[in-house]
Amino acid sequence: MRSYVPNTENERRELLEAIGLDSMEALFADIPQELRLKRELDLGAGMSEAEVRRVFEAYAANTRTGLPLFRGAGAYNHYIPAVIPHLLSRSEFYTAYTPYQAEMSQGMLQGIFEYQTLMCELTGLDVSNASVYDGATAAAEAMFMLRDAKRKRKVLVSAGLHPEVRLTMATYAHANGVELVEIPLTDACGTDMDALSANMEGAAGYICACPNFYGCIEDMNAVADKTHELGGLFVSYVNPISLGALKRPGDYGADIAVGDAQPLGMPLSFGGPYCGFMCATNKLMRNLPGRIVGQTRDADGGRVFVLTLQAREQHIRRDKASSNICSNQTLCALAAAMYLSAMGPEGMAEVAELNMQKARYLADGIARIPGATLRYPQASFFNEFVVDFAKDSSVVSAALKAKGYVGGLRLAYYDKEDGGMLFCATEQNFRSEIDGLILALEEVLR
Amino acid sequence: MRSEYKLIFERSKAGRRGCDLPALDVPELCELVPEGMRAERRLNLPEIAEVDLVRHYTNLSRRNYGVDNGFYPLGSCTMKYNPKICEELPALFNGLHPLLDADMTQGALDMLYHLDQALCEITGMDKFTLQPAAGAHGEYTGLMIIRAYHELRQDAARTTIIVPDAAHGTNPASAAMAGFKIKEIKSAPDGSVDLDALRAAVGPDTAGLMLTNPSTLGLFETRISEIAQIVHEAGGLLYYDGANLNAIMGIVRPGDMGFDVMHVNLHKTFSTPHGGGGPGSGPVGVKAELIPYLPTPVIMACHGGRVTLDYNRPLSIGKVKSFFGNFSVMVKAYAYILSLGGRGLREASENAVLNANYVKEMLKDTYGLPYDRICMHECVLTPGELEQGGVRTLDIAKALIDRGYHPMTVYFPLIVHEAMMIEPTESESRETLDAFIAAMKDIAREAKEAPEALHAAPVTTPVGRPDEVTAARKPVVRYTADEDNR
Repeated sequence: MRSYVPNTENERRELLEAIGLDSMEALFADIPQELRLKRELDLGAGMSEAEVRRVFEAYAANTRTGLPLFRGAGAYNHYIPAVIPHLLSRSEFYTAYTPYQAEMSQGMLQGIFEYQTLMCELTGLDVSNASVYDGATAAAEAMFMLRDAKRKRKVLVSAGLHPEVRLTMATYAHANGVELVEIPLTDACGTDMDALSANMEGAAGYICACPNFYGCIEDMNAVADKTHELGGLFVSYVNPISLGALKRPGDYGADIAVGDAQPLGMPLSFGGPYCGFMCATNKLMRNLPGRIVGQTRDADGGRVFVLTLQAREQHIRRDKASSNICSNQTLCALAAAMYLSAMGPEGMAEVAELNMQKARYLADGIARIPGATLRYPQASFFNEFVVDFAKDSSVVSAALKAKGYVGGLRLAYYDKEDGGMLFCATEQNFRSEIDGLILALEEVLR
Repeated sequence: MRSEYKLIFERSKAGRRGCDLPALDVPELCELVPEGMRAERRLNLPEIAEVDLVRHYTNLSRRNYGVDNGFYPLGSCTMKYNPKICEELPALFNGLHPLLDADMTQGALDMLYHLDQALCEITGMDKFTLQPAAGAHGEYTGLMIIRAYHELRQDAARTTIIVPDAAHGTNPASAAMAGFKIKEIKSAPDGSVDLDALRAAVGPDTAGLMLTNPSTLGLFETRISEIAQIVHEAGGLLYYDGANLNAIMGIVRPGDMGFDVMHVNLHKTFSTPHGGGGPGSGPVGVKAELIPYLPTPVIMACHGGRVTLDYNRPLSIGKVKSFFGNFSVMVKAYAYILSLGGRGLREASENAVLNANYVKEMLKDTYGLPYDRICMHECVLTPGELEQGGVRTLDIAKALIDRGYHPMTVYFPLIVHEAMMIEPTESESRETLDAFIAAMKDIAREAKEAPEALHAAPVTTPVGRPDEVTAARKPVVRYTADEDNR
């Protein structure tokens, strides 16, 4: 059994004596006997470090990683610069709590301040919070921001948001009496503008994704303008890595931008921890949930970073807080800041371009295969696109796996009726494996 | 000691880069982005060489303080040591995509299933969801489950959650977010739940009671069975805030105390690091009757040892987050549980309680002790008579910084005037505790002899006390090159 208690038996006895007790049992005198657990927890005897490592190596051996991966759908395989895991392993960062004590937490506070600044630049907006749990909860929080800013309970949401995001929003909406109205996509995979107009009456705003779940880039200028024209606030759900090439939400007039920062330096890790980001215009600053770091001065006039605008938060406002969030995903936000700083302007432009070029090359290759068609051949896309097959997608998926490829996500995972497959290519997919996948798919569909 | 440190933006030099990328190896196509959606200009990001990036963050880390730097008795946060073996294991799963076929993820699902089982054993609950990302997220999830339970019973009048005035701020905030009204009840003079106030508060509108036990005062609610009875007889459910679970592992279980729903903070009780504010993990456990309401998917074990994800759950509250939660955090927590085993977890709790009582007893003659009885894993002190000399809790906290310690939690719980909440945890040695006690006594001496010096603390840090009022009134929440950012 491994123990992380440094005090020896003797020392424990001495401590007990010092406080005038004769046994550990006496420490728990307040706990009624009839409630006590009268046995040892059935969790084994405890293991040595070496044994624990073996257990987890066995779990890992019972997973399959390392195959060429052409799947994204909210969790993207991007290259993580080696500096990121190294710097994140500085335990002054990772073993700290939320930086309540500014004087001894300047490192983390400055790190978050830099993250906020970087996210503002990336999204073209004025303010950012210090992160929320993930993209889905960021969208749910944005929904509350719309409700509170406009004092209207109806919120419009695009059917092009990731299903996990929409499902999470639905859970959050239900309890708060928020009426979520879904705006369908057109055959060209963009917002149905007629439906948007028809539903905007009484709505606080519209939440729309770009690129959307199906990978498509729609004209966000038009959607933002229409939303504003009808009196609503506009929220853009974006893939942050796409902003190396695409127009920033602030530049097409979005009031809020949210999304998941996972592509910016976070491993796939079976779905988490990732990092929800939330940026907004100055006007909406006090509606933002969660921590925000601000810059101020100390008595000597020196620059100091500190948690600020805390009057929004649960530990001050309790039931009147803008959100209940306390812990967020700070270390992940730090990873995103490191990623953006390491990449710089050139790197971000390059990685976005690589994603688009590789995905286009893959899509064009697949489109030439008999039995495979692009669902939205006219649409522009970032690094994902939908393919429909002449064969059942489960057959295609299994056959690709047998050939050593993780193909696109079967859309039936979220919608049983949908026979399509959502492919993804990133800078991690080299030409040889893209050509290999196209060849394999050809054989599968023959 | 005072020193400013340049922002990454202030280090930027045009043309430098901290990372490279493979060259494009497919034929290049033009105009992949429709004109109106093309980026208007290059992003204005810092341009930094790798070595400078590394030094920037390394030096930032030196302006920060974690458990690995020293004692961190932040009450209610359980800042115990984070074992290094646990830090190494998540990388085994770095490449695992969450949406692979179940036959490719069996090992990960199996681990999650076993963590669920272990948490059930530790807490006396029947099933956990691992989806919530933090304690407050768990509270929200648990309250949604309580809501769904009453809704299905067509008991729509149950719209009120009762919260003691000693509760964590997240409790009322989570209840409000789950659409409940909040009724706050005052604590009894001994710091426990006032049973008469509770009896007066419950009624046909009661959806449930949220309770932390041991309470935020570090005291065990001895009459928890009566509390449970009052709430259950009124038709409500009992929610257990697991923030203080580190006091009772292997000794008493929330499920056996009458709680119906609870969350645990893997980043407190089960030693996963706090990451400077996250990621955490806040799994929610329920009694059998509430299992149908758990978020989807639920991890199920089938015959033959296969583990599957069950999405077909018509009564579920739905999803509260993408995918399956903060998986890497769960890996660390389960590694910790396996390391300690049943006996080790009990030993951890025993020593956490022992250390807290030792600190309390050694300091109670120097500082105020509002509740002089055996405490659990944390104790609440006050400045006591030092306050007459003008020394406040904030001064004591800042003076601790100058002595190399992270301060305790201050001004919480709200029901104690000038509260100082100290949670030493089990992973501190007697020498560390003795040194901390000596530092606290030294601060008390200084408070009497030279109180003005304490008002100036901390003096050993890179920055002094921040002007928080200006920070909130004129918020500067991002760097802009054209403003006075120096």
